Order: sequence, then structure tokens, then C-alpha cells
Amino acid sequence: MAEIVLETKDLGISFGGLKAVQNVNLKIEKNQLYGLIGPNGAGKTTVFNMLTGVYKPTTGTFYLCGEELKGKSQEAINHKGIARTFQNIRLFNNMSVIRNVLVGLHNQPEFKCSPVTSMLKLPKHYDTEVRMRERAKEILKIFDLYEERNNLACNLPYGKQRKLEIARALATNPKLLLLDEPAAGMNPNETEELMKTVRFIRDEFDITVLLIEHDLKFVSGLCDEVTVLNFGTALYQGKVNDALNDPEVVKAYIGG
Amino acid sequence: MNLIKNIKANTKPKYFTNYIIVAVMLAVTLTMKMTGNLARSNATLLAQISYSIILAVSLNLVVGFLGELSLGHAGFMCVGAYLGCFVANMLHEFISSPLLVLIISMVVGGVVAAVFGFIIGLPALRLKGDYLAIVTLAFGEIVRTIFKNLKAFGGALGLDSTRYKGNLFVVGFVVVLVTLFIIQNIVRSKHGRAITAIRDNEIAARAMGINVTYYKLFVFVVAAFFAGVAGVIYGHFATPVLYSFFSYNYSIEILVMVVLGGMGNITGSIIAATAITFINFQLQTRLSGDLAALKFLVYALILIVVVIFNNAPALSAVREKFSIRRFLKSKRHPSEVHDDEAAWDRVPTKIRMDEVLSVDVIVDDPYTPDKKDPTTKGGSN
Repeated sequence: MAEIVLETKDLGISFGGLKAVQNVNLKIEKNQLYGLIGPNGAGKTTVFNMLTGVYKPTTGTFYLCGEELKGKSQEAINHKGIARTFQNIRLFNNMSVIRNVLVGLHNQPEFKCSPVTSMLKLPKHYDTEVRMRERAKEILKIFDLYEERNNLACNLPYGKQRKLEIARALATNPKLLLLDEPAAGMNPNETEELMKTVRFIRDEFDITVLLIEHDLKFVSGLCDEVTVLNFGTALYQGKVNDALNDPEVVKAYIGG
Repeated sequence: MNLIKNIKANTKPKYFTNYIIVAVMLAVTLTMKMTGNLARSNATLLAQISYSIILAVSLNLVVGFLGELSLGHAGFMCVGAYLGCFVANMLHEFISSPLLVLIISMVVGGVVAAVFGFIIGLPALRLKGDYLAIVTLAFGEIVRTIFKNLKAFGGALGLDSTRYKGNLFVVGFVVVLVTLFIIQNIVRSKHGRAITAIRDNEIAARAMGINVTYYKLFVFVVAAFFAGVAGVIYGHFATPVLYSFFSYNYSIEILVMVVLGGMGNITGSIIAATAITFINFQLQTRLSGDLAALKFLVYALILIVVVIFNNAPALSAVREKFSIRRFLKSKRHPSEVHDDEAAWDRVPTKIRMDEVLSVDVIVDDPYTPDKKDPTTKGGSN
């Protein structure tokens, strides 16, 4: 059996009296493409926010490769290997494209360089900067953003901004990548391309992907397994094709 | 050699602009001094300019690069001035060289101010925007009130400091060069990128694993250190060091230098600090008697004209015509930026300056919707 990358046990959170998410149990194997779907307001992004430390779960816990990460700060969770993108794109808009990726590389152990070293411009500072830039350029080439590297991030077209966000997240060298509605606002061609990209990064970077998406065609074409959330609880877990035929899931989506 | 190659790859000619500006200023004035063409009052003006530049550049690190509003910069300067001059007074008995005393007292003043920066930073950095501004404002007022009431520091009469015997402005400009070296190096390193990332999007910066608290504290400590050093320079020509100088108004004046020069623009800070200090000095010396009241009017008018010229959309064509970039015949496409550029004149700023600078005009607008609940900031479904 493959290695379990992410495991959540009875994960749940309530805001005051509102139980936003309850009893979510996920088990994601290494190199899996796992989908998290459900109608609006089902609590999908809240699950992401718990997994990245924005919210502290009120019940249950979660493990990354066997290590409990509940209660850690966002920074610490990122260092442990969970990176994410955002539903509403959050790039560093006033920075160039390459700088966005360089910020992602900031915490990598091979690019360690103390503030004092940088303040005095010791040789190590130059060495680190050059190596960071080379790495950033490699990543940008993979995502076909190399030509635009000196443009402001906010001047990129929408599809490229999404790509850049993924590139930046991958720069932090994660074990698990969380994609929050990566295909939102994309036309069918772009969606098709994005599917290829996600598969490609899974193989190239040897990572596991958990994604939220409303485009069911995208999910069924990409993911092997899904969890369907509705009103904060898991309605269905299992193979993606069966999910779409499940009467409960259909009811949640269409009503009736 | 590898190092030289690395340095070449990471250095651009414009990195030296600011050093050259300051070095030329120093060289010209020093020549004037040597040939006896520099009036005594102008030497004082130059010393004022030197500490103004240090203050403006260090505040720019907080306001322009980190994007947090600090209204307590004069407070850190106050701590540095009092402590530094206190130490200097003691040292004069043991050390005969005034330069050595000045250097030691600058280090002491800077370090003590940095400690205060750390102490004020710890609770203050849990706050955001306006709230942080209020806390730093309160800090500045508290500090000077404390010094006003401490007998050991001269109380309400101020601390008697010893005037520096040599050319203070020369030391001042050398310290400016050191300040520029350190602050520009921070800004142009991975740490500067992290700091500007926090300014641009704090949530995303956290998600990228940037330790936001660490960097905010770091910036506060560095800025406070240089404010303290500037205070010691001030204390060595203004005697006595008086608490009333370090008021809220002075903090705002430093902020005006930063805003006028452009946030995140160090060259701009240097030019604005020089210009404002110069204008202030001239108005103070030229307008005497009944005309003295006009000083604030003229000063305010100049500020208004400059701000309008810099920001009015209708004047963009005029600005373009006189821009330095055009003068240097830059071939760069307008959408391109160098990856070390951090000026944020391209977007609306996170801090709305008009709100800050008109603190006494509080308009209660019932139609403004409530701020979003902070717990929902992580994005919703």
C-alpha cells in the first residue's frame, strides 16, 4: 500500500455556534490527485484554511506523512510541506514575476543566508542570490512564464496569474499542494491545458495534489478519488465516477 | 573568479546612484569648507540635512517597504538623543577625542533606541494599520514626557549636551552613507523581498512560509536603531537636547519626507529630506518679525503643490515630459520592472495618507459598511 501523505481525523471547526465543518476524514496517498467538491458554502475552503493553519481546528486533527500539524502556525505548516494557492488570486502584485517565485524560495534550506550576511553583502549573499535566481528561472521555464519574468505580476493575463500562483507555491518545495479552484474563470482550452499542467507537476515535482473545483468535468478527468462535502460534512467519499451517480450527491448539487 | 562573477550578476549601475548623490553633496560642501566659502549657518543646515536623511530613509523602510505606518519615529530619535548625549557627557571626562566620543555615543544611542524598537514592536506588531499608528504615536509622546520629568536628564530644561567641535556635517554624511549601505543591502536581498512580500499581501506571504512577525520586528529594530543614531547627531549640535523638539509634529514631518519622496523610493527620501530641511531652514532664517507667521503658510503651500504635481492624473503628461527615465533615454518597456524595484507608485497604497494626515477631521460616515470580520480574511467559499 502506498504511503499516506495527508490524513485527517474527525477534522472540524465551529465559529461560535455554527459548525462550519464536521468530521472530515481524508486519507490521501502519495502522488494522488484528490478532489474536494461540493456546492457553494459547503466548507471546502474552510478545510483548506485548517490544513494551512489559517484556522485552528476545534475538533479532530490532521497528519502530514505521519506528523501531527494541528495547531502549528501557517509558516511552520508551510515549512513542513503544505503549500496552497488561493481561490481569489493572491500574488504579490507590485513585484515582478520572478520576484514572486523568489519569495517562494525564501525558506529553502539551500538558500539560507542570515540578515547580517545580506546587510554587509558578504560573498555568501551573492552566491545565494545567484543560485536562487537560477532556480527561479528553472521553475518559470517549466510554467512557460520565463519571457514575462520582468513584468509586474498584476499585468499578467488571468490564466498566467493562476499558473504563477502554482509556480510560487511549488517553489516552497511542498509534499502536498492544495489548489483552491484552479480552473475558475478559465475557458475550456485553458482548463484542458491546466489538467495537463497539474498532471505534469505531480510527476515532475513528485508531489500529491488536493484540489477544490466546481468544474466537474475537470475533476472527473483529473482525480481518481473525491470527497463530496455538503453543509460541512462528507456526503460521499470514493471513486469519482461513482460520486457523480450517487443520488445523495446529485441531490446536493441539483436539489430535489 | 566566481565571487566577482556573482557580484557582477547582482549589481546594477543604479545601485550606486544614492551613494553618489550623498558623496557629491559631501565633496562639494567639504571643498567649500576647505576654501572658506561655507558660512557657519550653512554648516548647521548641512548637519540638519544629514540627520533628516537618516530619519527619512529609515522610516521609509517601515512605511514604504514593510507597509506599516509608524508615527513614533521622533520618539526613537528622542531616546537616542538623550541616552547618546548622556553617555557622551560622561565620556568627555575620559576620552579626549571628540570624534571617538561621538562614535561611541552614536552606537549607544542607536542600540538603546533599537531595544525600544524591539519592546514597542512586540505588542504593536499584533496590530494593523491605523491601530499600530496610534500605538507608535502614543509611544513617541510617552517617551518625551518621561524625559521631561527625569531629573537626571535635565528635566524640563533639557539635557545640556556638548557641541561637537569639528565639522559635524562631515560625520553626519559619513553616517548617511553607512545607513544607505545597510538599508539598501537589506532591501536588495532575499530579506528585502520577504519584507515587500509582507507589504504586498500578508496572507500570501504567510502561506509562502515567510515569518511575518520576525521580519516586522527586524524592520522596526533596524529603523529604530538609525533613528537613535540620527538623534545623537542632532544632540551634538543642538544644545540643550529638549524634549519639545521630538513632538508628534516632527514624526509627521519625517513621514512627509517619506511620502513626498515616494514610498519605497530611497533616492526620493534623500531628495525630499534635503529639500524640506532646506526650505524649513530658509523660511526660519528669512522670515523674521511679523512675517514669521507666514512660515507655515509657505511650507504648506509648497507641500500641496508638490503632492498635486506628483499625483494628479491630469498632470501625468507633464510628469512624463520631465521624467528622469526619459532624460536617460531608457529603452525599457513601460510594463517591465527590474526585479529589485519596490517603489509602489503604480498602485493605490495600502495606507491612505489623506486619512492619516488629517487626524483631526474625523467624519462619521454612517454609509460606510462595517469592516469585514477579521476571522473571514482567509477567503470564503
